[in-house]
Amino acid sequence: MQAIFGQLLVGLINGSFYALLSLGLAIIFGLLGVVNFAHGALYMVGAFAAWMLLTMFGIGYFPALLLAPAIVGVIGVVLERLLLRRLYGLDPLYGLLLTFGLTLIAEGLFHQAYGNSGQSYPVPELLRGGFQLGFMYLPLYRAWVVGVSLVVCAASWFVIEKTKLGAYLRAGTENPKLLQAFGVNVPVMFTITYGFGVALAAFAGVMAAPVYGVTPLMGSSVIMVVFAVVVIGGMGSIAGSIFTGIGVGLVEGLTRYLYPEASAVVVFVLMAIVLLVRPAGLFGRER
Amino acid sequence: MTARQSSLLGWAALVTLGLAAPFLVYPVFAMNVLCLALFASAFNLLLGYGGLLSFGHAAFLGSAAYVTGWAVRAWGFPTELAVLTGTALAALLGLVFGSLAIRRAGIYFAMITLGFAQMIYFLVVQMPWTGGEDGLQGIPRGRALGFVPLNQPTTMYYFVFIAFLGGFWLIHRTIHSPFGHVLRAIRENEPRALSLGYDVSRYKLLVFVLSAALSGLAGSLKAVVLQFASLSDVHWHRSGEVVLMTLLGGMGTVLGPSVGALVVVTLENYLADAGSWVTVITGSVFVVSVLSFRRGIVGEVRTLVRRAFIGGKG
Repeated sequence: MQAIFGQLLVGLINGSFYALLSLGLAIIFGLLGVVNFAHGALYMVGAFAAWMLLTMFGIGYFPALLLAPAIVGVIGVVLERLLLRRLYGLDPLYGLLLTFGLTLIAEGLFHQAYGNSGQSYPVPELLRGGFQLGFMYLPLYRAWVVGVSLVVCAASWFVIEKTKLGAYLRAGTENPKLLQAFGVNVPVMFTITYGFGVALAAFAGVMAAPVYGVTPLMGSSVIMVVFAVVVIGGMGSIAGSIFTGIGVGLVEGLTRYLYPEASAVVVFVLMAIVLLVRPAGLFGRER
Repeated sequence: MTARQSSLLGWAALVTLGLAAPFLVYPVFAMNVLCLALFASAFNLLLGYGGLLSFGHAAFLGSAAYVTGWAVRAWGFPTELAVLTGTALAALLGLVFGSLAIRRAGIYFAMITLGFAQMIYFLVVQMPWTGGEDGLQGIPRGRALGFVPLNQPTTMYYFVFIAFLGGFWLIHRTIHSPFGHVLRAIRENEPRALSLGYDVSRYKLLVFVLSAALSGLAGSLKAVVLQFASLSDVHWHRSGEVVLMTLLGGMGTVLGPSVGALVVVTLENYLADAGSWVTVITGSVFVVSVLSFRRGIVGEVRTLVRRAFIGGKG
C-alpha cells in the first residue's frame, strides 16, 4: 500500500511539471504558432540558474524561484526578438527546427561544462521533513511542489480566461491582424508571451532541482514526454493542458507500480491509443 | 541540353564519383557517407516531396541496424538476407507508426513521430539482446551471395555502393513518377488534392512506408559496415541529424541530402575529439540554416545557375 501511494505521489509531481511545461507550450503555440522545442532546454537552464545562484552567489531557493524564471524569461525575450521573429509567416516547421537547434546549443554548452553527472540541489531548510498520513509518509517538499504547481496553473488559467490581458491573448490567438487593427501592439505581445511561457518552464526547472538534481540532459528527456502530453490533450484549451499533464503523470506513476518496465513507454502507448480513438486529442480542436 | 540529357549526365557523374571514391578517400568514411546519404535521401522523400516532417526517423535506421546485426550474428543469416530483414522490419514499423501519425498534420506529425521513436529507444535500452549501453557488437560482415567475402574494405564498399544506387534510383523514380507528382500536389494544397479525388491518406502512408524502408536499408548497411549497432542510432540526436543533413543540402532536391550528408559526416569526423562542442556546432549550423539558408547548398546553387542562364529571373 505504501508503495502504490509513493509512486502515485511521484506521478503527481511529474504530472505537475508536465502541466506547467505543456501550459507554456500551448500558450506559445497558440499565439506565435511556434512549437518551442527549446522548452525542455529552458527548463534545464532554469534549474541550472537556480543552482548557480546558490553555489556562486549564495542566493537560496525562495529568491531563486523568482529570479531564475526572470533570467530565463529575459533570455526568452532576447531569443524571440533576435531569432524567432524572423520566422513568422513561414511554415511552422521552421520554428520547430530553429528551437531544436537552440536546444542542441544549450545542451552542448552545459554538457561541456558539467558533464553527464548531476549537481545536487538541497531541499530548502523550511521545506524539510514531512507528515505521517497513516497510509503513507508525505515529504513536505513534495507536497509543496504539487501545491505550488497547482496554484500557478490555476493562476495562469485565471489570467488567460478571465482577465482583460488574457482576452487580448485569446484574441491574438484567433486573429492577430484584427487585434492589431484595434490598436493593440501585437509584436510586443508576442515577445511577452514567449518570455512568460519559457519563464514557466524555468519555474518548473527550479522546483524540479531538489527532487531530481540538476543535469544537462534533464530537459530533453522531459520534453519528449511533454510533446506526447500535448498530442494526447491537444493544444486547444488551457485547462485541458493542465488536466492532461497531471493525468499522464498519474498514469505513469501507476504503471511504475504495476509494471515498472513499461513506465518509460506508457506515455507513448497512451498517445497511440488516443490517436486511434480520438485523433484530435482529448481536449483538442483542429486548427 | 535537354532535361533527359542533363539527367543522364548527372547519373554518369554520380556513378563515376562513386566508383572512384574508395581510391580517393578512406573506404569506411566513404561507406558511412553513402549510408547516411541514403538515409537523408529517404528522409527527404518524405519531407521535401511529401511535406511531412518526421522527427523520429532514427527509429527506422536504428531498429533495422539492430535486427540486421542480430540476424547475422545470432541466426547466421547471409548478409543480403539480413539486410533485407532489417529493411522489412523498418517498413513494417513504418506502416504501424505511419498509419497512426498521418491522423494528425503539420507540427503534431513531428511530435508524434518523435514520441514513437523515443518509445523504440526505450525498448532498445531495455531489451536483453540489444546489449544496452554497449550496443550490439562484433557483427560479422559475412559473404555477399555466399561467395564474395566482404571483409575486404573495397569489396564491402562496392556492395554498399550498389545498394545505395538501388535505393537512390528508387527515390529518383518515385519523385518523377505520377505518384511523386500527386505527392507534391498534396504538399502544396491538401484540400485541393482531396477534392480532386485523390486518397490523400493512402499517398501519405505509402510514402511514409517507403521512406521508412529505405531508412531501414541504410541502417542495415551501416550495421554491416561498422560491425556494430549502438544506442546512438536510435537516439533522437540521430533523428535531428538527418533533418540537418536534408536542410543543409537542400530540401526537396534530389542531390541535396547526399551533399548534406557528406558535409555533416566530414564535419563530425574533423570534430571527433571536440566532445560536446560537436553538439553546440551542430545546433549553430541548424540555427543559421533555418534563419538564412533555407534553400540549402544544392538549392542555392540551382538558383544561381538558373539566374545565370535565364537572366535575373531565379
